[in-house]
This record gives sequence, structure tokens and C-alpha cells, in this order.
Amino acid sequence: MRSKSAPRTGIDKFLTLIKTTMFGVIGIGLMAFVAQQIDPNNPFAQWANSDATGLTGAQFEGLVIAGLSQGAMYGLIALGYSMVYGVLGFINFAHGEVFMVSAMSGMITSNKLDDAGAWESNFILSLLFVILISVSISTLTAVIMERVAYRPLRGAPRLIPLITSLGVSFFIQNVSIVLLGPGAKSYPPMPEWLSKKRELFGLISIEGTRLFVILTAAVSMAALWYLVERTRTGKAMRAVAEDKEIASLMGINVDKVIVTTFAVGGAMAGVAGILWGVMFRSVVATTGFLPGIKAFSAAVVGGIGNIGGAMAGGVSLGSAEAIAPLLILEPLGVDGVSQLRDAVAFSALILVLLVKPTGLFGERLSADDRT
Amino acid sequence: MTDTAVKELAQARGALDQDWRKVLNYGLLLALASVFISLANMPVRLDTRVVIEPILSMGYLSLLWLPVLIAYAVSKEVVLEGMTEHAKGTREVVAGLLVGLIGGAGISLLVMLIDNFDIRDPLVNWSPQLLALLNFDNGVGFGVIIWLVIGAGLGLFGGLMHVVAPTVRRTVAAAVIGLLLVSVMEAVLSDLSEGFKLEWLADWVYFKRGGLSIHGAVTVAVLAALYSLLGRPRVKTAKANFQALEGPERKQANLVALAVIAAALVILPLFLGKIVNELLANVGLFVLLALGLNIVVGLAGILDLGYVAFFAVGGYTAAVLTSPNSPGFSPELPWLVAILAVIVLAGLTGLFIGAPVIRMRGDYLAIVTLGFGEIIRLLFLSDWLSGWTGGAQGITNIPGVQIFGLANVKGTDPRAVFYLVLFFCAVAIYISWRLENSRLGRAWMAIREDESVAEAMGINTVTAKLMAFVVGAILAAFSGAIFAAKVGSIFPSSFIILVSVIILVVVIVGGMGNIAGVIAGAVVLIGVLGGPRQPGLLQEFADFKLLIYGALLVWMMLKRPEGLVPNVRRTRELHQEEFLQDAWLKGQIDDDDEDNGAEVALT
Repeated sequence: MRSKSAPRTGIDKFLTLIKTTMFGVIGIGLMAFVAQQIDPNNPFAQWANSDATGLTGAQFEGLVIAGLSQGAMYGLIALGYSMVYGVLGFINFAHGEVFMVSAMSGMITSNKLDDAGAWESNFILSLLFVILISVSISTLTAVIMERVAYRPLRGAPRLIPLITSLGVSFFIQNVSIVLLGPGAKSYPPMPEWLSKKRELFGLISIEGTRLFVILTAAVSMAALWYLVERTRTGKAMRAVAEDKEIASLMGINVDKVIVTTFAVGGAMAGVAGILWGVMFRSVVATTGFLPGIKAFSAAVVGGIGNIGGAMAGGVSLGSAEAIAPLLILEPLGVDGVSQLRDAVAFSALILVLLVKPTGLFGERLSADDRT
Repeated sequence: MTDTAVKELAQARGALDQDWRKVLNYGLLLALASVFISLANMPVRLDTRVVIEPILSMGYLSLLWLPVLIAYAVSKEVVLEGMTEHAKGTREVVAGLLVGLIGGAGISLLVMLIDNFDIRDPLVNWSPQLLALLNFDNGVGFGVIIWLVIGAGLGLFGGLMHVVAPTVRRTVAAAVIGLLLVSVMEAVLSDLSEGFKLEWLADWVYFKRGGLSIHGAVTVAVLAALYSLLGRPRVKTAKANFQALEGPERKQANLVALAVIAAALVILPLFLGKIVNELLANVGLFVLLALGLNIVVGLAGILDLGYVAFFAVGGYTAAVLTSPNSPGFSPELPWLVAILAVIVLAGLTGLFIGAPVIRMRGDYLAIVTLGFGEIIRLLFLSDWLSGWTGGAQGITNIPGVQIFGLANVKGTDPRAVFYLVLFFCAVAIYISWRLENSRLGRAWMAIREDESVAEAMGINTVTAKLMAFVVGAILAAFSGAIFAAKVGSIFPSSFIILVSVIILVVVIVGGMGNIAGVIAGAVVLIGVLGGPRQPGLLQEFADFKLLIYGALLVWMMLKRPEGLVPNVRRTRELHQEEFLQDAWLKGQIDDDDEDNGAEVALT
């Protein structure tokens, strides 16, 4: 990064222009939204978008909840990116595929259980079994991936493992296509008591599945936090992230810690995969790619290497992509805003990297990786 | 290792003096790979493509090549300075046999499992067709035994390759490669023979329904073997002579070689049919894209994963400006005028995408450019911009390229498209070649090796990197504009991330930073396997090509990151430690003068 006192060149001015434009769009969009909420017929609201009707309270609540549950999932995946980046200093593109593998194995297991009748008669036990199987498979995938593709590349120039992980990602996606077929596959239906709408504290109503997703993500997050901050393994992981050489001099088995990191990240992606299945009930081979990249964006937004940041980044990115199209773009008169959700997510990433490249909550990287 | 004829070898080890763990690992790897290939349905899907009529199809070949290679690889050892090298003997043969046997047992087990269980629900290819194919239609017992025999036989063959003299090994390899080459190039070769009025040759080599006839196969194998025995030494000397040339002579020789290649590229398409010309045109489009990405990734070392964005911008600009059907703004310019606008817009897009990302860390840059690529596709797809770009319906009815009333280049005439692409490829090659040896090119390479040092040496890194983006963008946009004119209609779905990844694979497999390498990569990969939507010579591989691309990318990165036709300097960067180690082993570095010594040894 260049220091603040460096002379301003043309490119700095251009970047300032981009930043100002983005903030300007956000600001005007929000103001237009507020104006339209107050009265769709006032002149400013009319100027921005004459067809705007504003949102009802219930619609807004729905958006927030959708954003939160989606964001919780991004957060869980983001943990794996963040931890691996913290320890090895490269983006593991294939992490999104670990998530997809888990969702796929969850689909297979739950459908088999459904065929056997256990899914309906004993839902909770079946779900636990599905989670157990899928999380083990995704953990195993992550560990094998590290062993086969990344370990031989330790110490190679940074872009080499990155390109490798891109290849691994495509390979796993296509393995799934050739073995399981290219079409979308669905989960068996969730029981009525889980999926029905619930009133929480008489204030908000939320679908049971979304509540389940948010709660599970929170519990997994807490468990991970405990592992990293309170156990010996976690201490070793933090030490390796700080400085691999010195950690190994202190008697830490660096290879083992790296494998553990991949395993833990894989397990978190595994949980996220099942949550995806529970929430959307549909999975394809490409399910992992876009959520994977968005989860990486979430990790960057929260500050890479920072575990709390990954979760917070996930929630912010998830909310931003759910809310921003309707809160900022729709009031400005953009058509078909829901098509632009992904574009909004990537724009958020670009904006954060331009304004605060270390992420919202600060990155935690070893001295090597910061340069 | 040196190639000196007499090598001091320790005595061959006993047949049972095996590294059992390694043998088991390789065997299990082979078994796993064979079962995966079977369950991926490769044998069934590729069975329609015949290599040698009626004995061998690509389907069976997909299972047969692995045992030989892995059985050979199990006893291949890297002998470093200071290690004892043993003579090869029965030990290697036994190891190969065992590995092949374990691999064959994997398929036998699969045969039994398919016969007894039905898990077609998740595994879609767990089918009776696969079983029948693996059994050779002869019942389960036969299938189980035959695969043990085949595995052992091929393993034995692979192991034997260690024992036989190197000449024999090379000759066998040449015969096999020759056969495969002639089989893969079937469409091209039959077209050519027809064009030169030599139908009898094709009729003799190829069987009517595709694949080589047995006598044709024998002839090809014998010819390839003869070439390996007699022709190879001469080619080697000729090559050495060529490389020994210096100064003006070398320049002249290069010019002659270039003229021959150019003449061949201009003349040969006249004798080729529509399908092969179409294929050549597709290859050319990807050569253009790969040359552009080569400047960004290979020379400047910027990993741009959203490269498809520039392809899209080129395509859409040409489409909007030339098509009478473009919804918002439809000036119906001739293509040759529109291309000027394409250059300007592509350059601006390059600046616009390049500027925000240029100061980011390499890996953040990769993900942000990927994001830009996706944003641009989504914008073209969205209802918001559909007033100009047509949204999901795209833009249709794009006219061809009118060249001063001389010709109208359209998709219906692939040969003309090929010539157009060829012209732009020549321009791109010239630009790349001139840039590589220019001040800017050296600045790029300096940035690739170490950005801070480059900046300290007075290179304006921001301008240099932006230039890389702009030049890369313009080359990709050329490709996009030709693509639009060739296909005649344009949709957002042609510009998915996958295209970026495939271009990246082409550049990496060919050799980052090497013009010839990148072209070779595009010709081999796109020509044989095909692009994201375009079929290659092996059309039957359509379902598996992305799988192969992914595996190839990983394998190249692990084994040969500098690519098949490497750039000398790039190789040195990627293998710096090994170079230093080699130099040290050869005693060319003095302990107290290590840095200078390393420089001397490397240059």
C-alpha cells in the first residue's frame, strides 16, 4: 500500500471518482427510498422513479431475514477461506466445491433415508445422521485436496496454488457432473413443524427453516471460536498463521496444523452445505461456485484471517445483496433489480477493497503475507 | 543426468526387493482411477469413436492407457546427485505386473458390484450398458477374469518398458503416438487426402465407418516406428544445426520457416472441408484470446480471471453497431468501421477494470477481476440494459464482414472466417512479439518478477500494468467482434466465467509468456477437445472436456508450471531453487561468492 503522503496521480483521481460515484449512488438511492417510503408522490421520489411504490414493513422484514440467513451461510463458508488464507496465504477457490460436495452428499443421504421412511418418522435423528455423514465427507474432501494439490506447492510463487485451486474447483464440479448427472437434484420435503412460519417474541415472523439456519450457524461459529481461541490446537493454528518457521521451531507440527485447518474449514463448509439443502432444497454441480466466491468476498469484507470478521462479513454481504437491490437500485428506477443481486455483491467487494482494503474488521496475516 | 553412454550402475535388485507400500499405493490409485473412469461412463460414451476397426475404440482405450503408464511410473525413480542408481531388472517388471493386477482387480470388483447391487439412484452411470461393455458381452465371470488378465498384461508391458533398450522403448512409444495422432486427426487427414485427390490413401488407412482399418493401423505403426529409428536422429541434427545458426543466418532461417508456416496456413484450408475449417476458425478465435491473456498473465504476471469481459465487450459492441436488430441504438455500420469503435471501447473497458484493481494484491486482483467479468455478463443479461443489449434474447441478425465489396465473411463460409481470424492472429502475434522485446515488455517482465524492485528501478508500474490490461482487452475484443460476425447472433450465455478459465488453461498448458507455446496450447486443446461450446476433433469427449481441462490445469501446475513450450526466463523464475541447487551440485558456485556465482551459472 502506498503512503498517504505520496503524490496524487491520475489514477488516484480516477479511483476517488469511482468511490465518490459509488457512494453517491448509494446515498441518492437511500434518500430516494426514504422519500418514497414517506410518500411515493413527492417530487424527489417521482424524479428518481415514478413507478416506485415503496416497501411494506413485512416485505422489509422478509428481506432482512433472507439476507441474514443467506449471510450466515456465507459466513460459515467464509471461515474456511479466511483460515486457509491466514495460514497458507492463498485463496482456495475449491473451498466452494467442498460446500457443494457436502450439499450433494446430504441430498443423497437424505433421499436414501426418505426412501427408507426414516426421514418422516424420525426427522431429527435422520437430520443428525445426514449432517454427520456430509460433514465427514466434506472434511475428507478438504483434507485430500490439501494433501494432493496444495502440499506439493508449499513455497511456490503465490499465484501457482491459486491457479491450482481453480483447477481443483473445476475438476470437482465436473466429477460431480459425470458421476451424478448434470441436472438439479432435490432434497426430500422438510416436515411441516420445521418449515412453518413462527412469531418470535410477538415482533417478527420468520420461517422455521431460516431460524434453524441462523441458529445452527451461530452454534457452529461459537464452537469454532472456542476451538481457535481456547484450545491447544487453536493456539497452534494461530501460531502457524503468525509465523510458520518459528512455530515449527517451537515444536509445532506445521503440516499437521495445516491439515487441521483444512479439516475445520471443510467441516464448516459441510455444515453450510446441509443448511443450503435445508433452506433451498435443491442442489446442482455448480451450486458451490458462486456462493464460494461470494463467501471469499465476505471474508475479505470482514478482514481476511479474522474469524469474527468472516462471520460478520458474511452477514453484511448477505444482507447487502438481499436488501441493496430493493433499497438502492429500485428507488433509482433500475428495472429487474433481482437479476443484479450478484452484481451488487461483487460491487460491494470492490467498494470495500477500494475504501478499506484490510476489510471492515481488520485483517490478521503473517508478516510474509502482508507484503 | 548426463546422456553419456556408459553409466556405472549398481547391480539390479532382486524381484522381491520391492517398495511394497509404493506398489500398493500405485495399484490402489490405478484401481480408483479405473473405477472412476468407468463410473464417469467414459467407456460407454466414447465407444462410438473407433480407433482401430473393429478391435479398439476410444471407450476401451480410456481404460487401457492408465495401467501401462502407472505400471511404468511405479519404478521410475528420480536419481539425484549422490544416489546409487540400480540397473533395471525383474524387480521393475514384477512391480509393474502387481500394479496392473491390483488395478485390474479394481475393475473386476466393479463388475461384480454392478452385477449384484443397484445404486443407479445417485450414480447415474451404474448401468447394464456399462456392465455389458466391461464384460465384453460375455457374462460376469468372464468380465472378472478378463480384467485381471488385461490389468496384469498391461502392467507387465509397462514394467517391461524399463528393461528393454531405450531404442525399443522409443520406437514403441512412437508407434503408439503415431497411431493415436492419425486416429485423432482422422477428419483433417481424410479432408486433405480428398482435397489432393488422394482418396485411395484415406480409404486404405481408414475404415469406412471411422477409425483405422487393421492394415492401415499396421502401416501407420510401422511408419512411425521407422521414423523413430531412422528419421529421428536426422531431425535432431537438423534442429541442432538450426539452433547453432547465429546472427543474420539465423534470422534468414527464421524468416524461411515463418514463410513456410504462413504459406501452409493460407493454402491448406483450400483443401479442407467445412467442418475442419469451422474448427480452424474456432481455434483461431481462441489463439487470439490466448495471445491477449498471455500479455496480461504471461508477460505482466497479472492473473485476470475476468478476461471474458473484454471478449463480451468486443462482441456486443460489434453486434450493436452492425446489426439492424439491436434494440436501442442501431447505426448499422459496416463491420470494418465498427471495429474501430471496438478498439476504443475495449481499451476504455480495460482502463476502467484495470484502474481499480491495479494496486491490489495478486490474489485479490484475481477475484475482483472475476467479479468484474460476472458483473459485465449480468449487466448484458439484465432487463435494465436490455434496451441496448437485448437482455437474455441477445442480438440477432448480425451481418457478416464486408471487405471492400470483395468478400462477405459470414459464419456460413467458415473458410473465409478462418482467413479473417488468421489475419487478426498475425496482427496479434506481431504486436505480442514486438511488445515482448520492447521497453514496455521488459517493464512487464520486471514487474512480474518483483514489483517493488521494478518500481525502485524507475518503472512506472501503474502505467505499465494498465497498458497490459488495455492491450489484452483489445486483442480479446477483436476475437469477440469476429465471434459476433461469425455466429451472427450474440447472447450473454456465451460469456460465462468458464470461457475465462478455458483461456487460462490454454495459456498455462501452452506455456505462459511464450507466443509459440500459447499458440500450440490453443491449437492442441481447442483443436482436439474443443472450446466451451465449440466441438473439437474428438467430439465424443464433449461431456468430459471440462473434467479433463480441470485435471490438466492441476497436473500442469504440480508437475510443469512453465507449460509445454516454456519461456526460458519464466522457467527460471519458477524453478529458481532447483536451478541454484543444480548449479551448486555441479560445483559452479563458490561458497563465499554465492550470489555472483548464481548469476554466472544461470546465464
